[in-house]
Amino acid sequence: MTIDSLPPSLARNRRLDRWVEIRTDGVVEVRTGKVEIGQGIVSALAQIAAEELDVDYARIRMIPADTGRSPNEGVTAGSRSTMDGGGALRQACAEVRDAFLRAAARRLDADVDELFVRDGTIHRKASNESASYWELSAEVDLARDADGRAAPKRADQLTLVGKPLPRLDLPDKVAGAGVYVHDLELPGMLHGRVVRPPSYRAVLHAVDGKRIETMPGVRAVVRDGRFLGVVAAREEQAVAAAAALANCAVWHQAEDLPDVDAIPAFLRSLPSKAKILSEKGVPQATGAHAVSARYSRPFLAHASIGPACAVARVHGGSIEVWCQSQSIHPTRLDIAKTLGVAPDTITVRHVQGAGCYGHNAADDAALDAVLLARAVEGHPVRLQWSHEDELAWSPFGPAMVVAMEGAVDDAGRIVDWRHELWSNPHIARPGLQESPSLLAAWHLDQPFAQPPGIDALPGIQPTSERNAVPIYDFPNQRVVLNALERLPVRTGTLRAIGGFLNTYAIECFMDELAHAAGVDPVELRLNHLSDERAIAVIKAARERSGLASRSRHDGSGHDGSRGMGLGFARYSNEAAYAAVVVEVEAGATINVVRAVAAVDCGRTINPDGVKNQIEGGIVQAVSWVLKEQVRFDRTRITTRTWDDYPILRFSEAPPVEVSIIDRPDEPSLGVGEAVAGPVAAAIANAVFDAIGVRVRDLPLTRERMVAEINDA
Amino acid sequence: MTQTIELNVNGARRVVTADPGTPLIYVLRNDLKLKGTRFGCGAGVCGCCTVLLDGRGVQSCNTPVSAAQGREVTTIEGLGGKAGTHPLQQAFVDEQAGQCGYCLTGVVMGAAALLGRNPSPTEAQIRSELDIHLCRCGAYDRILRAVRRASEMIGQRGGQEGRLR
Repeated sequence: MTIDSLPPSLARNRRLDRWVEIRTDGVVEVRTGKVEIGQGIVSALAQIAAEELDVDYARIRMIPADTGRSPNEGVTAGSRSTMDGGGALRQACAEVRDAFLRAAARRLDADVDELFVRDGTIHRKASNESASYWELSAEVDLARDADGRAAPKRADQLTLVGKPLPRLDLPDKVAGAGVYVHDLELPGMLHGRVVRPPSYRAVLHAVDGKRIETMPGVRAVVRDGRFLGVVAAREEQAVAAAAALANCAVWHQAEDLPDVDAIPAFLRSLPSKAKILSEKGVPQATGAHAVSARYSRPFLAHASIGPACAVARVHGGSIEVWCQSQSIHPTRLDIAKTLGVAPDTITVRHVQGAGCYGHNAADDAALDAVLLARAVEGHPVRLQWSHEDELAWSPFGPAMVVAMEGAVDDAGRIVDWRHELWSNPHIARPGLQESPSLLAAWHLDQPFAQPPGIDALPGIQPTSERNAVPIYDFPNQRVVLNALERLPVRTGTLRAIGGFLNTYAIECFMDELAHAAGVDPVELRLNHLSDERAIAVIKAARERSGLASRSRHDGSGHDGSRGMGLGFARYSNEAAYAAVVVEVEAGATINVVRAVAAVDCGRTINPDGVKNQIEGGIVQAVSWVLKEQVRFDRTRITTRTWDDYPILRFSEAPPVEVSIIDRPDEPSLGVGEAVAGPVAAAIANAVFDAIGVRVRDLPLTRERMVAEINDA
Repeated sequence: MTQTIELNVNGARRVVTADPGTPLIYVLRNDLKLKGTRFGCGAGVCGCCTVLLDGRGVQSCNTPVSAAQGREVTTIEGLGGKAGTHPLQQAFVDEQAGQCGYCLTGVVMGAAALLGRNPSPTEAQIRSELDIHLCRCGAYDRILRAVRRASEMIGQRGGQEGRLR
């Protein structure tokens, strides 16, 4: 490696002491800009650091990210933390290890080649001489830039990476320790709640906050435009005051939402700009089996189990924020922009929250807390959203539509492939657009405009079109994005973003083409793939699931209720490869009774961590596919409770089996979003295998199944 | 109106001053600083805030503190008793059962209620008992394995640790 080929995240944060601090007491402090959102990344990064530094895993202390000292690694998203954050930390640690080796060589008057490191102690071969990191730390200056000269370990030198080490965070979590931002307790802390408008564009006609000010414990009632909130001494007092404030607010609302039961038609009716993503060959539909189909997904909620929370303190011109944001630096920028202050007057610290699966309300809560804390200068304010607001006001994963057309000849060769999708830009995260992307900023008396969102950022793939260009080798294909400017519903990135529906459509359509040509759908895939790693995961999933031993899975001999189906993708065509086979019991309702996945994520840092992510990704996708759909009337979001938005439960969760094809010589690839699309298609394909019926609009609800069965 | 309320939490007498209608969770978290009980939905339907009242699982977000008077309240912090760690907590770590972990303390308390009255539940009984608990990260499989493992651990140790005071 050279200075020019440093991992990008290290090139942007070159000072080694920003990443690693070797303490004299034998503890290694590691800082990362990536944050724990439930995915286990901090443990995986600790494992990488322990490996490259040659210290025991237990010595590593991961320091939560803050905007003051931690390396700025942007956003923790897109299944890129192991690739980017891990790659940077690996090189930084290799350079730190090298610096200590050189210091030891000087002290022991030895060549570096004569030395080896065992748990932070540097030994001289064939002698008793040694020097430890902790002894040498005073003389090794890490206040210098990474230069790319030290090489990280080769695959054959790895001793910790690849082992299923336990997560660092789990013991505290099951002990009930205060690990979440919700649990922070600061001196003089007060409790805040926000009262949201009843609908996106509701206008506040009147509110009389006087009565609220005299309620028990109330310390402040905040009104700035249509941003309403309360601060109280006790949490239940804040809840009561917020409820009373909501009751006395009078709003004017408009019927400005589309028909929730006709979203695909609505999306296709919006003005759009066509962008050709891929075009090659000449379509050859003549003489072949032509098929067309349209697939859609609804708006999906993150539906985190815990509502967003943040704590803020405003004191003497400086602002401190503790929040569960995936993007502490960009969020700080947008808070500063909203308040009209310099970013460096704000410190944002990451503290864990409940599970995060994309751009949720974490950043909004940070600004809410600051706005409330301004009203009680000096007092920290702990702001927590209600569960109802968490469901209704967080950004939703946007609804999308894909129209497929294709043709397959009698020999089972796909001779025509057309994929057309309709989507708005998925990215609405803070810090990227002219106007702040924080909910409260749009509600202030001097409101900022809600920015339209963006589809592409430097260095990452555009969001709506992920996986739209097929990984399969087709001679003739045309892939078109119809880019919608914006939707009347608040949206943001949700796990697997555009890759979810694009993969669902592609992988269902492969089965539909196979059925049209009377060929095996798995063979059809294999016959159109040249990527050996793709082929390997598909074959592994087929074998491990028993799909291979079945005589038919072409939908021709429906045996009543049991069926199996496969879905495959390489997420965003650059992250992990995943093939999933599911078995369903299908009728009017669908039960997923089993799921089997095969995954290739290059060098596996922690196989149990990968399995955990894949298992969870499968369960979440099963839930999306079978149950989930945000609902609204013409005025307001009506999805506000778990009754309105059921998710998969213990009684419905399938057993999941995951196998990993480890490739230690290949770069590590992210797995967090790898299985969502494959699972969705596998379910639909299994339902077709079982009963010969295909519902293409998600979710596959009982009503839709009954309608389709009756039509069939 | 606030009043003085006497509670028995994790085997200790505790006195708090609060409105008797205050949801138990706020008293546990804010007055007694027992932060391990998590707030989820506030409506008693997600299981995050589950604690034990006289050994039975209840949702502390919609149980008024007055309802806990004169009864034994057990939270995750007191589950392990003198040993510190309950077999369930050990089993969850052994099975690496969890991701974000926000639901876990509620799930563990729900499972403790089950194992307290039936140390050797069937898989179906575990699923049924835990069905109120939602895990958005999708760790259900691992959680089921952890509860089975805890049940076995308790069985091997003579069933004493599964029983609550």
